[in-house]
Amino acid sequence: MAVAVFSVCAVIIVAGALGVIIFRNPVHSALSLVASLFGVAVLFLTLDAHFLGVVQVVVYAGAIVVLFLFVIMLLGVDRAESLRTEPIGGQRPVALAVGVGVLVLALLFMVGFDGLGVRQGDFPALDSCTGLPVGASESPLALECPDGTEQASNIRQIAAGVFGDYVWAFQLTGLLLTISVVGAVALARRPRRQPDGAEQAH
Amino acid sequence: MSVFALDPAYIGGFGLSEALILIIKVVGAFGLLLVAVMLMIWFERKLVGDMQNRIGPARAGPWGILQTLADGVKLFFKEDLRPAKSDRLVYRLAPYMSLVPAFLVFSVVPVGGNFTSGDGTVTWFGNSTFLQVADPHVGILLVLALSSAAVYGIMLAGWSSGSKYSLLGSVRASAQMISYEAALGLSLAAVLLQAGSLSTHEIVAAQGGWNWNLWVTGLVPALVFVIAATAELNRPPFDLVEAEQELVGGFHTEYSSIRFALFFLAEFMNVITMSAIIVTLFLGGPDGPVLTERASWIWGVVWFFVKLVALLFMFVWFRATLPRLRYDQLMDVGWKFLIPLSLGWLLLLGALRVGRDRGWNTAAVVVVCVAAGAAAGVLLRLAVRSGRRESGELADAEADAGEAVNVGEPEKGS
Repeated sequence: MAVAVFSVCAVIIVAGALGVIIFRNPVHSALSLVASLFGVAVLFLTLDAHFLGVVQVVVYAGAIVVLFLFVIMLLGVDRAESLRTEPIGGQRPVALAVGVGVLVLALLFMVGFDGLGVRQGDFPALDSCTGLPVGASESPLALECPDGTEQASNIRQIAAGVFGDYVWAFQLTGLLLTISVVGAVALARRPRRQPDGAEQAH
Repeated sequence: MSVFALDPAYIGGFGLSEALILIIKVVGAFGLLLVAVMLMIWFERKLVGDMQNRIGPARAGPWGILQTLADGVKLFFKEDLRPAKSDRLVYRLAPYMSLVPAFLVFSVVPVGGNFTSGDGTVTWFGNSTFLQVADPHVGILLVLALSSAAVYGIMLAGWSSGSKYSLLGSVRASAQMISYEAALGLSLAAVLLQAGSLSTHEIVAAQGGWNWNLWVTGLVPALVFVIAATAELNRPPFDLVEAEQELVGGFHTEYSSIRFALFFLAEFMNVITMSAIIVTLFLGGPDGPVLTERASWIWGVVWFFVKLVALLFMFVWFRATLPRLRYDQLMDVGWKFLIPLSLGWLLLLGALRVGRDRGWNTAAVVVVCVAAGAAAGVLLRLAVRSGRRESGELADAEADAGEAVNVGEPEKGS
């Protein structure tokens, strides 16, 4: 079952990813990106990461690609692009080299994962019921585990990580996003009236 | 794989009786939705007719109840046109992309069961099971994910038609749906805080015995959710998407025949599923008085449908009563009123929850929260004002002072 789901998803993900770069029409590219993201979401579900799977759809497919499409439609650049022109010289060979290099490094890292001294045992063992590290104080939110067949809700596991161990990183990320939102508003805002009627480039 | 942990019936293993339960539920939900859409379209036309001193559909069947069926048959046999400038693949795909999410949302809605004096399970073929197709841990997030996926159908339909009215309609629709999704999610967070779970079954179970979130979370999240849901559904008064006077028919202007019927179906199905979600989140789902001990789950089904019809009536009433908003008003309501209001309310509820756990004085918590909210509102207003002064816009700012008041208001309200 898991193998069948994985192979179907893998085909969808790879075909979608290829479609993003092969289609000439930007809207078609964005759509194949959506297909790819949905495939990844299903893979998350098969790994029991329900929360990540759904958030993947909400955030990436539901917000980010919709914004891509929105911009494509508003700017009217939804025509097929000619691939003859190359804005930056030598860009494509460099992109190919970097892509292959990253792939090789990723494979090396995965194969040599044990060799780098990072093992399963180095992570704190998690209680299979609460999802908290073993021996941690019982959270007031902890689930009752009736008979062991119930899976620990991974929302609680993620919450324990985000609001417990990594709370500073989480808060700093929030601050960073706030700054970027304020920056975007400041940049996008332009005076409604130009004093001497000179229209600024927008 | 925990995909089978979607229902208590599947925990012990997946055999013939479990497969039968699954098939009955899926087919049942599918048929129920289709029949409900048929009746809903008739209900809306008849009701709007009554409210406008007309008769409404009256020819097909008793009280015109088969009018939708007749319209469906007519649409099915019409010629399927595709505009020459349209994008073939996307044009064909779009109706399905809006229909499929509409169907799937309903799978997490508990439609029955005794939650007042029981745990909401029924026994079929010797398995205890919930009266909902699936109960994933992330239930309510799934609803958000699917409603954000539903944007694609509308957006792509408008773009692929190759017509300016369709494109304008779909750009409006997607901007509106993205904007109101934030308010929808924030007001929903108050419910999740109350229930301590994302699963729809547990949200309903937490509301058992009249502890409905409508008043437990203090009315504001429910109101925000209803307003945001109306906008999310593109229903009047937020139906700028298909403003007939401006855009002909909006995103589906170029669609005809069965493809148009699919959009129509998806639109009304979304009204029904969204009402069902509101019932689940705020009105206790199937909770209500159980009048007989035998087959007590029946009463859950009855109360669920009573609440559902009440909400559907409310949506039709909106349509017959309220005039359409202007586009800038729509965005102002969403971003400057609903989002700050639901965010402030969520913070207040969170503070009350922490205060209860730590044994703080509730009145003191409320006073501190309101003071902090008011201070934040005043600061924001000062910041907006000084920003305007710098960019030489103060004269404009005086003109639309209402806007600035709106920014500060929600925090004061909470």
